[in-house]
Amino acid sequence: MTSSADITVTDVTLRYGSGAKTVLALDGLSLDVRPNEFAVIVGPSGCGKSSLLYLIAGLEDLTGGTITVGGQPVAGPGPDRGMVFQSYTLFPWLTVAQNVEYGPRRRGLAEDDRKQLVDHYLTEVGLAAFANHYPAQLSGGMKQRVAIARALANDPAVLLMDEPFGALDSQTRHTMQRLLLRVWDHAKKTVLFVTHDIEEAILLADRVFVMSGRPGQIRKVLTVDFARPRVGDIVLDPAFIAMKRDIMGLLRSDEDEA
Amino acid sequence: MPQLAEKSPLLLAFVPYRAIPLGLAIALGAAVWALVIGGWMGLTYGGHVPAMFLPPPGKVVATAARLIADGTLAKHTLASAQVVLIGFILSSVVAVPVGLYMGTYKAVQAALDPLVNFIRYLPVTSFVPLFILWIGIGLNERVSVIIFGTFFQQLVMIADAARNVPRDLVNAAYTLGTKRSATVRHIVFPATLPAVLDILRVTVGWAWTYLVVAELVAAKSGLGYMSLNAMRGFQVDIIFLAIAMIGILGLITDQGFRLLRRLVAPWAA
Repeated sequence: MTSSADITVTDVTLRYGSGAKTVLALDGLSLDVRPNEFAVIVGPSGCGKSSLLYLIAGLEDLTGGTITVGGQPVAGPGPDRGMVFQSYTLFPWLTVAQNVEYGPRRRGLAEDDRKQLVDHYLTEVGLAAFANHYPAQLSGGMKQRVAIARALANDPAVLLMDEPFGALDSQTRHTMQRLLLRVWDHAKKTVLFVTHDIEEAILLADRVFVMSGRPGQIRKVLTVDFARPRVGDIVLDPAFIAMKRDIMGLLRSDEDEA
Repeated sequence: MPQLAEKSPLLLAFVPYRAIPLGLAIALGAAVWALVIGGWMGLTYGGHVPAMFLPPPGKVVATAARLIADGTLAKHTLASAQVVLIGFILSSVVAVPVGLYMGTYKAVQAALDPLVNFIRYLPVTSFVPLFILWIGIGLNERVSVIIFGTFFQQLVMIADAARNVPRDLVNAAYTLGTKRSATVRHIVFPATLPAVLDILRVTVGWAWTYLVVAELVAAKSGLGYMSLNAMRGFQVDIIFLAIAMIGILGLITDQGFRLLRRLVAPWAA
């Protein structure tokens, strides 16, 4: 039942506004994400990394270039591209279980199949006991765990994640990173994850795409080949620190130019 | 500086935004009522104001008992409730969907906003003569006044609620397979339900305030009619009774909507 696809972004340009107030957010950006790959984009704030994700999701319209997911050109949003947002986007009027079964319900899946999906993914994110709670009764970390379960239960070909742990405290953030890696390992999905946290990027990624400041372009692609599962103290590994320094340097040189 | 907990409960009540015990809340509310009724008693039984202008509380209570016993009060109350409820329900049934579409689709907003904002500021009373000419004198005319007074206000407030639905909530729904054409049904309607019920609660109060305007002319029953009739006979106690009745009915509908909100939108605190 699992599907997974590649993402191809070719020469994408995004321009906001018109006339003298035009802002060039992305300028001829290209990148490729392979099937089942965990790809992470890091970049300074305002570099257009979130916009790129919204473009791939089909939630915004691009000015130029092409984006394909699984060979299909992106034309508007669709359930083949699941997304987890930075803000909490659980439907407050639905219980945790109803949130998770929202996508399958839209697809017209039978009740028994939906229930099976809900049980599986809530267990996956460790929230089976909260199935009948409303989102307002959950902590921030729990809400994002449900959001991940909700996106995966819909069996998307790719999972887009826009700084999903940005609003969480560092303790919760670390728990969430481990949980996400475990879930990704089971679900075998293509993931494109946006963050401004360099450590988070290296910890999660197969490859890290480092973006430049506005107008956004890919400055460098780094392959992260630390063995998985990556345990907690890997962040103290000299190779890890060296890579962190590399990326910091790339981001800093960008600040200096600005 | 002493700790907060060491202070007396009364002092704690004057800490900004601090919660107070339920007993104190009830006592404070009752005290203000007691003050008003006490002042009223002082003015009337003390002989400071003639009973013709301000009847003593005892007389209003006696009149209430008399009009309840002979069924007059029930008759007028039912007549008024009928006007308000028919007007309010007809208005809401149209205002809720139209308002939601207005807040969701910029084209609907662009089309309706200029007209609605023009009409919204016109005094309802100025349309009473027109309604009488067009509709005649009867239930329809009174209901029209209520609709005219509430509909455009409801429309603007409901459209605002729809506009305030977080954009990423809608985006999340799209990425889960919601069709754009089903956005109002699947997302905007449930997302705004608590706010819409609050808007209905507030506007049903306004509907009650338009009641007397609606019954000013051409009514043969209703609390407004009862009140106007009493004015001609200098029966101030009956006017008081009618006013109190409208207040009580307003309070009941208000509590009804609070209860309804808890029942149909239990997720929203």
